[in-house]
Amino acid sequence: MSSLLLFEQVLNGLQLGVMLFLMAAGLTLIFGVMGLINLAHGSLYMVGAFAAAAVAAATGSFLLALAASLAAAAAAGAVIELGVIRRLYDRDHLDQVLATFALILIFSEGTRWIFGSFPLFLDVPDYLSGPVTLPGGIQYPLYRLVIILAGLVVAAGLFLLIGRTRIGIQIRAGEADREMIAALGIDITRLYTLVFALGAALAGLAGALVGAIQSVQVGMGEPVLILAFVVIVIGGIGSVKGAFIGALLVGLTDTLGRSFLPGLFGLFMEPAAATTVGSALASMAIYILMAGVLLFRPRGLFGVA
Amino acid sequence: MRERHINAILLGGLLLTALAAWGLDQPFTITLATKVAILALAGVGLNITLGLGGMISLGHAAFFGIGGYAMGILASHAQSYTPLMEAPFLIEGTKSMPVIWLVAVAASALAALVIGALSLRTTGAYFIMVTLAFGQMLYYFAISWPAYGGEDGLSIYVRNGFPGLNTLDPIQFFGLCFVLLCLVLLFVARFSRAPFGLALTAARQVPARVEAVGLSPYRLQLAAFVLSGAITGLAGALFADLNRFVSPAMFSWQTSGEIMVFVILGGVARLCGPVAGAALFILLEHWLGALSEFWHIYLGALLLIVVLFARGGLIGQIAAKEAAHD
Amino acid sequence: MTEPVLSVRGLGKSFGALKATDGVSLDLRPGEIHALIGPNGAGKSTLIGQIAGGIRPDRGEIRFAGRDVTGLGTAARARLGLGRTFQISALAMEHSVLQNVVLGALGARGRAMRFWRPVMGDAILVKAAEDALERVGLSDHAAMRTAELSHGQRRQLEVAVALALKPGAFLMDEPMAGLGAEGSLRMTAFLDGLRAEAPILLVEHDMDAVFALADRISVLVYGRIIATGTAEEIRASREVREAYLGEEDA
Repeated sequence: MSSLLLFEQVLNGLQLGVMLFLMAAGLTLIFGVMGLINLAHGSLYMVGAFAAAAVAAATGSFLLALAASLAAAAAAGAVIELGVIRRLYDRDHLDQVLATFALILIFSEGTRWIFGSFPLFLDVPDYLSGPVTLPGGIQYPLYRLVIILAGLVVAAGLFLLIGRTRIGIQIRAGEADREMIAALGIDITRLYTLVFALGAALAGLAGALVGAIQSVQVGMGEPVLILAFVVIVIGGIGSVKGAFIGALLVGLTDTLGRSFLPGLFGLFMEPAAATTVGSALASMAIYILMAGVLLFRPRGLFGVA
Repeated sequence: MRERHINAILLGGLLLTALAAWGLDQPFTITLATKVAILALAGVGLNITLGLGGMISLGHAAFFGIGGYAMGILASHAQSYTPLMEAPFLIEGTKSMPVIWLVAVAASALAALVIGALSLRTTGAYFIMVTLAFGQMLYYFAISWPAYGGEDGLSIYVRNGFPGLNTLDPIQFFGLCFVLLCLVLLFVARFSRAPFGLALTAARQVPARVEAVGLSPYRLQLAAFVLSGAITGLAGALFADLNRFVSPAMFSWQTSGEIMVFVILGGVARLCGPVAGAALFILLEHWLGALSEFWHIYLGALLLIVVLFARGGLIGQIAAKEAAHD
Repeated sequence: MTEPVLSVRGLGKSFGALKATDGVSLDLRPGEIHALIGPNGAGKSTLIGQIAGGIRPDRGEIRFAGRDVTGLGTAARARLGLGRTFQISALAMEHSVLQNVVLGALGARGRAMRFWRPVMGDAILVKAAEDALERVGLSDHAAMRTAELSHGQRRQLEVAVALALKPGAFLMDEPMAGLGAEGSLRMTAFLDGLRAEAPILLVEHDMDAVFALADRISVLVYGRIIATGTAEEIRASREVREAYLGEEDA
């Protein structure tokens, strides 16, 4: 186990973490402010990825593709908020789960109908590809570094938005007491649409960024959605800070687990068995982490709701 | 129409469909009816947690998959004549359905005990996410465990055996599944009216009161979750036998979602809701699926309409509003 | 002096800087109605929560039925015989009136993990429930769906469920809440007769009922008991008048 490999895997873990944060932040805000559990968030991730791939193929510009992902996901988010989601705010969680699950079906099959079953390709642009030499002599893909930075910038922006702006105050007030802010005369309908679209945009951006290093295909969003749920359970529903810390924890646990658990088991097991047991356990690592948090903090590390 | 009559019509209809198909020598239709019975059984399991207990479990595929893999593992060892384990004691495979069912039920119940004990420490949205996560965990585990097929799944070449029956004969296998379904429905109907059912449904509505009379909502819900998982696990074993194939897809979130969908479509908390829902689901899959390969869009739209406008599902639309049970 | 059925010693509970309960001691003697009064925000709900078992005190001791129950949860205390009614009716709305009371009887006998015989066919449980309903005057409504009851009837049902527990003491949180004049009179008469069976710790705002019923009154202000005594003593106490009742003509 070299420290170079360790550092590289830590960076990979951070990269996974910040992307999970983009998903989880939107989800946790939507739950905290509107009390809504949104299973369709993975679909918005997918919409962002597909929009980026389509625009990149048409124009050749990665920046335009990213802009398109934000716009398309936000627009899709606004549309479903207006059409479906706003009927769900007063409903119980079961109705919300079922309706947003129905949206997953519609989005997934709809995308497959438009784009077909084969994955699309979104390429990392030339000016962002290739390795970069980091202090210490490590070579690390520039693009992944860019993702980490982009994620951190978005995180900072989000914290500023929530902590320092009027919208942010409305969001925090809405999380604390939903009925009160209506009574205070704040336009909740507009606030809710805004929060939903913001969450959608974040998801779409994550989809586009990750789509360049993995493939863009139907169903890409749901595994990430479930990971984001794990993040929220660990971090606490309604807490963006919890989402950030939870996301980093999950990202690091998953990546480091996959890299090192097989090797760890190899210390006292024969290689074939070690790989099997190690990988199997690695695939369960974050859920075991979640279970651990549940044992001691059923409301998550920073749970508010 | 009284709910009891609807239940009789549903079950009778399913039986008649299978018998008619047998008489008309249409084995494919018998297989469809068998699929309805098995999926209904899975739904009956979920309904204990969801309808009676009021807990939204989005991870019931975990138990469906465990039941399926119980069958797959036991049968694959039997068909390759290798034991599962030699030390510390010998466990051989088996192709006997009763044994497989026992193992499937026990394994699912155990898993439900562990998952439930952890998940029931949370409520509301947390519970939904946690159960979903545990289902996904088992999905990834099944993919990464190569001994039993990994992502490709595991094929069982010959259907398992039941003493005295030729299980390869579609109508006989249907009969087995149908009888199991009816027995389980009977059991659920009984305990719904027993002290356990009263306490459980009270815990759903007003947990503070249940505590104030000296009962533990947590224990009640955990017991319900274990029963629920065990029944869904049994359905999983049957499903695997029907298809003679097990794969990680049995653990997927899509499977969890589908089971929940047809419980809802049929009418949540109604005894035979899952039967109606499964029948509707299979019919849609068969007919709409023939029209368009994107039939899931229509399923999604239907679900959306039901949720937004037609609560109570299919049975809810037809049954008379029940007075309080005596 | 007979040992009190329920006694609280030096109870304290803080939420951050807020001392919701600050060194509260009181007891409930056999056969008495002990009323707990105080202005809004005095900490009555927190105190009741600690006695019933949902809130864990930071310090102090609670004894019930001759045992230290401070570390026990709500369900355990209920099994020992602590019956309670809630300020906002906690009833299973989908169940019938009778079913709600049967739940109470079920809890009292601890027989919830039964899976085969119908609960409403259990003669012992149903009889106990019917008796309780008879006593609060709801027998005619036994088969009705609880959601269809009027508010006053639901308050009666609350009491019936607690009765079915055959408790050693009652904890009643504003049983008169929302009852009209006639309902209050009926409830007052009922509670009057109830005290012989089991003493009642009664939290109430309805002063007529309190002064009509209470053997003793404790006054809770800012988490502290500022006075305990008979109705006359409390009425005469200057501290109480200043803190709570306001100036009155003597």
